[in-house]
Amino acid sequence: MSPVGTLYSRPLEVDATGPAIRAMSLDVGYRRKSVWHNASFEVQRGEFVAVIGPNGAGKTTLFRMLLGLQRPTGGNLEVFGEAPRRGNRRIGYVPQRHTVDADTHVAAEALVQLGATGTRLGPGYAVRSQRESAARSLAAVGASDLAARPLGGLSGGELQRVFLAEALAGNPEMLLLDEPLSNLDLRRSRELVEVVHGLVLDRHVTTLLVAHDINPLIKCLDKVIYIANGSVATGPPEEVLTSESLTALYGVPVEVLHDSRGNIVIVGGENPHEGAA
Amino acid sequence: MTPFSPNIVTDLRSMWQYEFMRNAFEAGTVVAIVAGIIGYFVVLRRSAFATHALGHVGFSGAAGAVLFGVNPVYGLLLFTTGGGTGMALLGRRASTRDIEIGTVLAFMLGLGLIFLSLYNGYATEAYSILFGEILGISNASVLLTVEAGVLVIGVLLLMYRPLLFASLDEDVAEARGLPMLLINLVFMLLLAVAISFAVQVVGVLLIFALMVTPAATAVRITRRPLYAILVSASVALFSIWAGLFIAWYEQYPPSFFIVSTAFVIYLIVRAGPPVLGLFERGVRYASRAATVGTPPRFVPEASRSTDRALVPPPSPADDPRSA
Repeated sequence: MSPVGTLYSRPLEVDATGPAIRAMSLDVGYRRKSVWHNASFEVQRGEFVAVIGPNGAGKTTLFRMLLGLQRPTGGNLEVFGEAPRRGNRRIGYVPQRHTVDADTHVAAEALVQLGATGTRLGPGYAVRSQRESAARSLAAVGASDLAARPLGGLSGGELQRVFLAEALAGNPEMLLLDEPLSNLDLRRSRELVEVVHGLVLDRHVTTLLVAHDINPLIKCLDKVIYIANGSVATGPPEEVLTSESLTALYGVPVEVLHDSRGNIVIVGGENPHEGAA
Repeated sequence: MTPFSPNIVTDLRSMWQYEFMRNAFEAGTVVAIVAGIIGYFVVLRRSAFATHALGHVGFSGAAGAVLFGVNPVYGLLLFTTGGGTGMALLGRRASTRDIEIGTVLAFMLGLGLIFLSLYNGYATEAYSILFGEILGISNASVLLTVEAGVLVIGVLLLMYRPLLFASLDEDVAEARGLPMLLINLVFMLLLAVAISFAVQVVGVLLIFALMVTPAATAVRITRRPLYAILVSASVALFSIWAGLFIAWYEQYPPSFFIVSTAFVIYLIVRAGPPVLGLFERGVRYASRAATVGTPPRFVPEASRSTDRALVPPPSPADDPRSA
């Protein structure tokens, strides 16, 4: 019934050097408010993972911790076997963003170049090699034609591709994408998911993608991290996205409905979360 | 004074016989290049209001320096660097800082007023701080301007990529480990120094003409940051040279001609043909036009039906062969 079964047809390359992310009884919160409590999960290298859950559940907080911008209040978190640290070159990050000011007259290519060398001192003399590397990143996300376009003139879907190319330019082993689909219509969402999925398969990049709607993603996912009510449920989508599992997570009755094409709708819960297609 | 001749080189030579003109050109050149470069980041970071405010904060500093009998540049430097530090520490994002900047700005201007009223020779000093006095720059000031200019350009070159990254994509730059507060602070300090020296040339009130107008022109011509910086510095440089040149023959304040030149260039680029992307795409357009074929530029006379009423077709009587 669910198409997720097909994803196991590709060979699982389990890296001998351990998981990409390991969280052990992780507590997370701000001064007064606890966001997560006692969360334990792992993400293997090369997995494509969706992070979903209601607003304010702490999805972006997870990214901030992985990037070393925020510390867990308890427990242990490891990224590639190390404590998270700011400026980790192994992680490419696309923050949650809606628009760029329309009068930003800077070529997309320049931003992508900064993704590779933006932290280095000096004006950057190897102009040609920088441009070529930016061109490769843009080509990898199918956005070669956007290189010379000004950032302010790009549509939402085009911008997300450029941001993705910017993140890729640093040659990361992990991508953290915060709501890249939030401003896109269904067709653009699916296109972007295809691009990301292609990167996961070709480059073996571990990818975590925060999304509101699971449906454009569901065919490609290896794992779902579902955050709600201060708890975290992880596993393959067909295990996590069930009425039983989400009811246990929310503590109130939740129903997961499937349509004939494999789309799902989650009904009920503390904050009814729609996944309608 | 020799009259204007079409040979610009001899014109310039005759101007440069005078020390005050040499000083004006030298200081003006340094200030233009510095302002053009840093102006690009002002436009990119949307720090125009902070720039405006720093200029006015500098006004109080200069007025205070005049009151205590010190070179106004030192008062400018003290107040603008102090103000720049404060703005950098208040918050990273210019958009959320405007209210704080405005509040401090109003107070600082009041302070400038009291300094000026305490000082007796008030009118001329105030005038030169507000509108610049490029023809009154001393040898010592030129040297100081060159030193400060070299310092600002050197630091900007060094931090070019991190500053561009932090200006264009704050969240990612921060995640990539760039020290955002430090970058912002250093930028504001460089801006403060650049403004302090630009005030000698165009004054507090006209500072935008050097800090914002050339960069605003440049971003409409090229989308590549390095090219935009070059264009911006060139426009600022041309404005200062043209302003000084015209002011030599027309006895009005050079600041007016400098500001007007920059503004006219901006208007031409803004209203003129779409020159955006000139640098990047000129070649590509040309090659595409060659392969695809250019559309006919002029519609043949016979097919312009709407023009018939205005331009009657040549009658046989007009044909010289029929005569």
